Amino acid sequence: MTRALAIALRTLAREWRSGELGVLMLALTVAVAALTGVGFLVGRVATAVDLQAAEVLAADLRLGSPQPISDKYVEEATRRGVRTARAMALLSVVFHGEESQLTNLRAVSAGYPLRGQVFVANEPFAPGEPAHGIPGPGEVWPDSRLLAAVNASVGSQLTIGSATFRVTRVLISRPDQGGTFADLAPSLLMNIADIPATQLIQPGSRVSYRVLFAGERDRIDELKAWILANKLRSERLLDITQESPQIKSAVDRAGRFLSLASLVSVLLCAIAVAMSARRYVQRHLDSVALMKTLGATRAFTLSVSILQLLVIAVAATVIGSAVGYFAQEWLARTIRGLLNSDLPPADAKPLLVGLITAVAVIAGFALPPLLQLSRVPTIRVLRRDVGPPPPLVLLAFGPAIAAVVCLIYWVVRDGVLFMGFTIGLVAFLALLAAAGGALVALAGRLRGSVGVAWRYGVANLSRRRAESLVQIVAFGTGIMVLLLLGLVRNDLERDWRISLPPNLPNYFFVNIPPDERDAFINALRERGGQPSRVLPMIRGRMTAINGRPIESLRFNNEEGEGDAQREQNLSWAAELGPDNRVVAGRWWGPEDVGKPLVSLATEFQESLGVKVGDTLTFDVAGETFEVTIANFRKVKWDSFQPNFFIVFAPGILEHVTGTYMTSVHFAPGQARSLASLARRFPSVSIFDIEDLLDRVRSVFDKAVLAVQSVFFFTLFAGLTVMMAAVQASRDERRYESAMLRTLGASRATVLKGVLAEFATLGFLSGLLAALGASIGGYFVATRVLEMSYGFDERVWLTGAFGGALLVAFSGWLATRSVINHPPVTTLRAG
Amino acid sequence: MDAAAAPLNAMSNQQTASAPAPKTRDIVLKAEDLTKQVNSPEGLLTIVRSVSFDIASGERVAIVGASGAGKSTLLALLAGLDTPTSGKVWLAGTDLTGLDEDGRAKLRAQRVGFVFQSFHLVPALTALENVMLPLELAGRPDARRTAREALDRVGLRARTSHYPRQLSGGEQQRVALARAFVTEPAVLFADEPTGNLDTVTGSRIGELLFELNATFRTTLVLVTHDNALAARCGRVLRMEAGGLVA
Repeated sequence: MTRALAIALRTLAREWRSGELGVLMLALTVAVAALTGVGFLVGRVATAVDLQAAEVLAADLRLGSPQPISDKYVEEATRRGVRTARAMALLSVVFHGEESQLTNLRAVSAGYPLRGQVFVANEPFAPGEPAHGIPGPGEVWPDSRLLAAVNASVGSQLTIGSATFRVTRVLISRPDQGGTFADLAPSLLMNIADIPATQLIQPGSRVSYRVLFAGERDRIDELKAWILANKLRSERLLDITQESPQIKSAVDRAGRFLSLASLVSVLLCAIAVAMSARRYVQRHLDSVALMKTLGATRAFTLSVSILQLLVIAVAATVIGSAVGYFAQEWLARTIRGLLNSDLPPADAKPLLVGLITAVAVIAGFALPPLLQLSRVPTIRVLRRDVGPPPPLVLLAFGPAIAAVVCLIYWVVRDGVLFMGFTIGLVAFLALLAAAGGALVALAGRLRGSVGVAWRYGVANLSRRRAESLVQIVAFGTGIMVLLLLGLVRNDLERDWRISLPPNLPNYFFVNIPPDERDAFINALRERGGQPSRVLPMIRGRMTAINGRPIESLRFNNEEGEGDAQREQNLSWAAELGPDNRVVAGRWWGPEDVGKPLVSLATEFQESLGVKVGDTLTFDVAGETFEVTIANFRKVKWDSFQPNFFIVFAPGILEHVTGTYMTSVHFAPGQARSLASLARRFPSVSIFDIEDLLDRVRSVFDKAVLAVQSVFFFTLFAGLTVMMAAVQASRDERRYESAMLRTLGASRATVLKGVLAEFATLGFLSGLLAALGASIGGYFVATRVLEMSYGFDERVWLTGAFGGALLVAFSGWLATRSVINHPPVTTLRAG
Repeated sequence: MDAAAAPLNAMSNQQTASAPAPKTRDIVLKAEDLTKQVNSPEGLLTIVRSVSFDIASGERVAIVGASGAGKSTLLALLAGLDTPTSGKVWLAGTDLTGLDEDGRAKLRAQRVGFVFQSFHLVPALTALENVMLPLELAGRPDARRTAREALDRVGLRARTSHYPRQLSGGEQQRVALARAFVTEPAVLFADEPTGNLDTVTGSRIGELLFELNATFRTTLVLVTHDNALAARCGRVLRMEAGGLVA
């Protein structure tokens, strides 16, 4: 073994000096650079998007409970290096002289908010500025609505329970003010140390105790697992995915896109390795046959080859990772201005991923040809036409398929997605091979009708059938994944842009009494607002499922329990909203008016574990309604239109006295007039989601930028990998070019021939790739990213002509030097 | 049969090259009823047909015949590069047909050298490194020095760091000769060693081959079209349609 290692290293060093290893090293290095570069960037961007999203919770994790929360969580978090803060939320009446208002009190400890910022001002409804710290002892920061309701201002004294506080600032926004309509009352921020003085906490008082956690992602994940294992049943752990469905949806989709980009880079890496390993083997057939003639055993030649490849893999991984790191660092710096913030630093995980992927891909794609190499018969030294025996199909493709399949699973980690991707890829490869074969045959027939250069190029294609097929499959796959990524990127961005137009309603008005409805709508119009649809809304509680009382039921998870027990906002509607899609059952028609039917959002389907046809019993204002589940709806929460989890068929709830809600878009300046509106309609709750929208816009902007930068990075990496792959076919053309030139062909003729061959190859691959990308794009868009998909015919042009240009250019780069050499050197070298 | 077949001038040549006659008639290479058949589109093709002969240690034997007569296949069978359909080959007392591929490789590493028509130098290695290769494969510690001496002996001292593509055909074949003799093999197989060279260069390479052969007292088995080269061998085996003719 030592001898094998010594010879492996020595020949490797010599091959390096002679330039023999250049192509393999280049292909591998580029592949690893693409993989780790995309990996680094995806990691950083995902963290940035998560951080932004976490602001909605003011933390990465939040533990809530109706009872005081034990110190053990805080201690455990501190031990793990996770920051914490405590908070309490309770409803109480705030007095200012004679005026009073039911208020949502938020008492917080130093450090709050752990994510995001509190904005304050010196007068109500004014633009806010970031606050430093929290209210000091004896101070409170009421929000604009509260000040308007009790007619107070900065400097006023407010009484809460048994204590009096001075207003020092106006609370404009806090990060965790929520995207749901749970907090309808105005709110006030105070110091948690002041709570005992108010004497508000009595046995039976409804207080929500909270502990907030924030820290590095890994630590948070570990802490989350620990808390879930140790918490009480009454304690509820929330992360961003539960708190804001809109942001979760955006973050999820961005994350899936980024995973897709990672996957694309893995496949590109595999193509590069497969192509360059082929070339490596081809070039070493003679050497290995010679070594065996000179007395080397099969095991020995195999060890030498494997050791050499291993050294190459490690070297390529090291260099590639460094290149990948610096490339993404450069990109991150370039887009820093656009992001308005620094990306969080990269962690080392992509390095490991890069190494494992490189080794897996090399093992899968290069090992079978290497095993073949060691089987080359020694007689080849006398008869060059003798190659290695044909490989066992299982041995040749088994490791490669296993490697790719494992990598795909590792990246997507989602059974259904994984199966879909794998089956799709296999089907596409089969299609590529079959269609490629047919196209090559067709190209062969066409050659009579073209000029000499084209004839030579196209003849080459059909003569080297197997080679052409391998290249069509490789280029086709490469172009396909790039096109697919491009298509999906366009769709994703378009979808996000559509879902967040600038005039989106930013104020929601809830609890509009039926008798004040018209007056209120008119008042809104007077202030320049154009109310969108006015929807009925009524509070109700679920009491039984299929006749069994809620209390006696066991649910799969806490969410189910919460959803079943919490008081819910109910509505009714005749039409299905455009941002809703029925996924099971059917929507009701005019004939169903008055029938006891209900429609649930899919979130409820999962958490309650119910199906179409099950019955639910609701208590609405003392009246009992038993309704049958008619359908489940998938709601696009990031549309920001008013939507309800539970919607009744029309003709059931109308007679129960409920309230109405509506939404309006106000430009920033118009919002000040809302103070008078709040005074005139005291029962109406004004809900300002401008801050939430800003937050979501910011998440979307980051996500779009992330998707764009990762896409272009992957595209660039893909082009480089393809060029490296073209290099791999260079030898085959060398000898022929020299021969043609010896026979009197000009350099231009030979070059034209080469270009013709590559352009045809690229055109055919691109055509097939466009087909694959169109079908793949449809599935990725509708199944993975859950959005509509518009077939884009431009993909055919881009695929076919882009492919032809790209491959021809790469081919020209690869063969240029060969053509410029005097033919005699090539011929002499054989 | 060998004495009868040996032309007189070859005998005299042997004397002028002052190679000592083999002291004993040790048989270093023995073929027994050797047959090689392959499948072809036209059916089963017999390339080598029932060939039997002995070659004594230190002997120089030329295998001649028209193209397609089966010379190169016979050489491959004798050197263990290919396996016969039937029959046996003994090389240095070992039955080659009883060995597996690795066993034959080991035997070649110890006892056999090769020179090919198309030189077969490793393109990525310099002249010196090409000559070092068999020494390294055999695990010899002084590979570099020995290889340098071998190149010196074929007159390529100034060319040690050149790659094959930087050398002329004659020079490449000289490197191949240095590589073949550097392990001092018991048997040297040469397949048309001058076939790719012009007459003048070819005859120089021939000179060098016989000179080295004499120096190292190697048994030489030479496949050639070159009558002059064949004439310098002690014995000529003539092949026709896969069989030996007297």
